[in-house]
Amino acid sequence: MEKEEVKKIIYELVEASTGKKKLKQSDILKKVSADHGIEKDEVKAALRDLVDAGTLIFTYFGGSFIEIPPK
Amino acid sequence: MSKKHDTPLLDELEKGPFPSFVTEMKMAAKHSDMSNDLLGHTELCYKERVTHWKHGGIVGVRGYGGGVIGRYSDIPDKFPGVAHFHTVRVNCPSGFYYTSAALKEMCDLWDQYGSGMTNVHGSTGDLVFLGTKTEHLEPFFAEISSRGWDLGGSGSALRTPSCCLGKSRCEWANIDTMAITNDITQHYQDEMHRPAFPYKFKFKIAGCPVDCIASIARADMSIIGTWKGPIRINQDEVQNYAKKMNIQAEIIDMCPTGCMAFDGKSMKIDNANCNRCMHCIAKMTKALRPGTEQGATLLLGSKAPIVTGALMSWVIVPFIKMEPPYEEFYDLIDKIWEWWDEHGKNRERIGELIERLSFPRFLKDVGLDPHPAMVKEPRRDPFFFWDESDIEK
Repeated sequence: MEKEEVKKIIYELVEASTGKKKLKQSDILKKVSADHGIEKDEVKAALRDLVDAGTLIFTYFGGSFIEIPPK
Repeated sequence: MSKKHDTPLLDELEKGPFPSFVTEMKMAAKHSDMSNDLLGHTELCYKERVTHWKHGGIVGVRGYGGGVIGRYSDIPDKFPGVAHFHTVRVNCPSGFYYTSAALKEMCDLWDQYGSGMTNVHGSTGDLVFLGTKTEHLEPFFAEISSRGWDLGGSGSALRTPSCCLGKSRCEWANIDTMAITNDITQHYQDEMHRPAFPYKFKFKIAGCPVDCIASIARADMSIIGTWKGPIRINQDEVQNYAKKMNIQAEIIDMCPTGCMAFDGKSMKIDNANCNRCMHCIAKMTKALRPGTEQGATLLLGSKAPIVTGALMSWVIVPFIKMEPPYEEFYDLIDKIWEWWDEHGKNRERIGELIERLSFPRFLKDVGLDPHPAMVKEPRRDPFFFWDESDIEK
């Protein structure tokens, strides 16, 4: 699967979880990898791109999570 | 800058013979409004016996998930100088060696972008820069990274590895602690800057069992230098020590395994029963030396009491050669982290997970063989594996 497509899947997963459940990086790796049959390393690389671009950010609320930055 | 707040409670902490952080805060307050308000804010916290800090949130530098600890005052109107008071952790060099020019440069930068106050070093080992505003984080990070510094770990990540001085100044170091620390830091950059664990994970590397950095109590993984083979004895020096100390009382009787003997002339050690505590070597440095085959013992699981009570690390690998490229070591770490990732709950340290699922289960899943050195205390040994198939038999 193309990296851009993986990034889209990750973003949509985080977006769908917003306000419901905070996702850790490992939650995202496991879920996307299991649902789409993608290697965890590939998911990790796509996630890293999203974080580097500021599309997703790390937050800390008694643990580190991945979230969409506030507008 | 004039004094803004009366601090009768904090003033009490300046009395007595010891250095006081209040004195340092007052010095910083002379040229920093942030530090000035910090004095008033801290005084109020003490007076009301409640913290007015909020912790965490959405703060950091782009691309990084750690290194910045968000801190806000819940009474910003009263103390606008500390409305934001974020902490920045900067990765320390192995062994904490700096040039004075480098430290001065960092302090000058912090005067420019932060409160001017530092904590060198924090418990984790980082250079801790206390108090800055959100808008100053990126410029400060750009300044330090352009000078070769990097942020340390925070949150659910690998924390900045730290070590004792090792072979740079200590002839008793059995491993090159500084080289190992640097290698781990470089190898696990991603794990340090992009939090992916259930909770924090710390490495501390001690050169010998004296464990000057108390890694056995302060690190999820303690790497402690040790040796194989007999302790080397110089009997002439033993004789010299006999003239100035009571070897029987101070050494022989204090050996935890009772494996030593001294007949007034020569010393004997039953090396098979030595547990390498290093008490004798540390007390008789000229007479005794560690064996020549050197490596490390790996211990896992210690932590301070945050979510649950404190734990000490216990042995998982009695002896491993810690030499570049450390392949065996990294393979094991990756297996341990995978197991922790698979079974750990949010904010559960690796030691707590082992306590919950059992040490035998950990050994089996990670692929380590039980060894007598792993017995932590009576009835806490790893040798009883009762599988369902055993019960059926």
